[in-house]
Amino acid sequence: MPLPYSELVMEHFRHPHNVGRMEDADAKAMEGSPACGDMVAVYLKVDPETQRISDVSFESYGCASNIATGSIITDLAKGKTLEEAKHISWQEASDALGGLPPIKAHCSVLAVDGLRAAIQNYEERHGLVKERVPTTVEEVRRRLKHVMNPVTGLDLVRTKLVQDIEVADGKVRVVVDLPADHQFAANMREEIAEKIEPLWDVKEVVVEFTE
Amino acid sequence: MFEKIVYLDNAAATRLDERVLEAMRPYLFDLYAVATSQFGYSLGVDARDALESARGRVALALGAKPEEFVFTSGDTEASNMALKGIALALGEKKGRHIVTSPLEDFPVLYSARALEKQGFRVTYLKVDETGRVDLDQLRDALTPETILLSVQAANQEIGTLQDVKAIGEIARDKGVLFHTDATHAFTRVPLDVREVGVDLVTVSAHTIHGPKGVGGLYVREGTPIRKWMDGGFQEFDLRPGVENIPGAIGFAEAVELVTPDETARLQGMRDRLIERLLKVPQTRLNGHPLYRLPHNANISFRFVEGESLLLHLDMRGFAVSTGSACFSRSLEASHVILGIGGDHERAHGSVRFTFGRFNQDEDVEAVAGALEEVVTELRRISPLGKE
Repeated sequence: MPLPYSELVMEHFRHPHNVGRMEDADAKAMEGSPACGDMVAVYLKVDPETQRISDVSFESYGCASNIATGSIITDLAKGKTLEEAKHISWQEASDALGGLPPIKAHCSVLAVDGLRAAIQNYEERHGLVKERVPTTVEEVRRRLKHVMNPVTGLDLVRTKLVQDIEVADGKVRVVVDLPADHQFAANMREEIAEKIEPLWDVKEVVVEFTE
Repeated sequence: MFEKIVYLDNAAATRLDERVLEAMRPYLFDLYAVATSQFGYSLGVDARDALESARGRVALALGAKPEEFVFTSGDTEASNMALKGIALALGEKKGRHIVTSPLEDFPVLYSARALEKQGFRVTYLKVDETGRVDLDQLRDALTPETILLSVQAANQEIGTLQDVKAIGEIARDKGVLFHTDATHAFTRVPLDVREVGVDLVTVSAHTIHGPKGVGGLYVREGTPIRKWMDGGFQEFDLRPGVENIPGAIGFAEAVELVTPDETARLQGMRDRLIERLLKVPQTRLNGHPLYRLPHNANISFRFVEGESLLLHLDMRGFAVSTGSACFSRSLEASHVILGIGGDHERAHGSVRFTFGRFNQDEDVEAVAGALEEVVTELRRISPLGKE
């Protein structure tokens, strides 16, 4: 059967690991929204002594690559310390799955972000975070590294599509070096807004295209 | 591969009918010459006669005269020809305004957008929650500068039929040319150009068990239209290129093989599937309950995503389609579901089933049963719909 997904992806899609809601979770996070497309929820149980993830589970409202990444990322996170788990990258997850098609990168990044958000949720609940800092151009750029260019499967920053970023008075302006009628323009606009809007001091996100 | 695939994506492509292939065969191996003028060699003259007879047979199904039908490579080219050909003919003479519906399939939608870039103004009509255009607004939208109204006969995704007769009357009244994309309605829903005030009609063979790569445009006699593609003088000097005679013969054969009895049979399967699937909790029918293509069902399942659903069904041997963004080539959710006021979630969980000649009665229960299983499993792992 000629599918774009590897055998491993299909195996995790068919029989995902660590699925389900955890009623007694120490932390949880939901990434994405039904309005924009895929969603993933991640639940954590953390050993307070060792800061190790003793249990982790996820729920997915998404496509095959989203489900498979949720499955593999929870496998990878189990038993790791919060610090270690924070650094699990999308690339690691993708490699562990035998590779993902470029066009599906954005769906799977969501699961990685879900894990990070759940860790952040744990840290916030347990007083482990520093004070909130104002959003900077660097922070916007860091977040744009999680918006995938569906053509290449690499992020917008690495593929040099981000021409300009401005941050002023709660307004973030991102200029993408693509024509406004590009095949994926509408998709990228949504993805960028989804990544930048949650920042605590951002009120408005404007995405512009160069042509 | 599976022993048997239950194929329910007949709006996308259909299995070729063997009788169509048999009809085409002589034109691939014996009468393979190009259609020449009457002064050419006899093989070419015979080829031309075959082409003209095929033209007459397809035209007849529309109630048209043979010389009013132009063969093209399919519906995409036919709709491009209609919009761009009329724009070329009337853009300077009459005006630069086009009216269409926001639910059109890509050939019409993107031809309109291409013309917008060239300075044409395009009005996208309001549609109701079933996808039917607002006739009062349509009447108001047609101005003395309007050169073309393009509203599809039936929608490609949700199957909604437009009232082409009423739309044609309004267009006539206002003196505006009317094009309809009948790719999905042709032969399954009656459309006779002697009864409907339509000037251009897009049709295609690939939706009715004919060959891929052949379709055509009905052009009412006297319609001002210019050639939009450069080349030779074939097809009344409207469509250059070597004629696809085997395709034309196959198209004519396919048209004649569709019968009212068969269409009624497909409609019976469709009705049973809709009834069955609406019993699954948290589902809804997309499109109109009555004014819809006889072979189309489109259902949204809440809390599940269409690509996952499609893959699980594929593993069980069923082929369907979805309006989910994850499945689309542009990663955008179905413009049709969004266009009728649906949200992303409804588009995400929408599944289209389209029946064809080779579907059997038992396919209905088989796909419904498989869907129930898959939807239950995907809802189990979904974070939505649990409170």
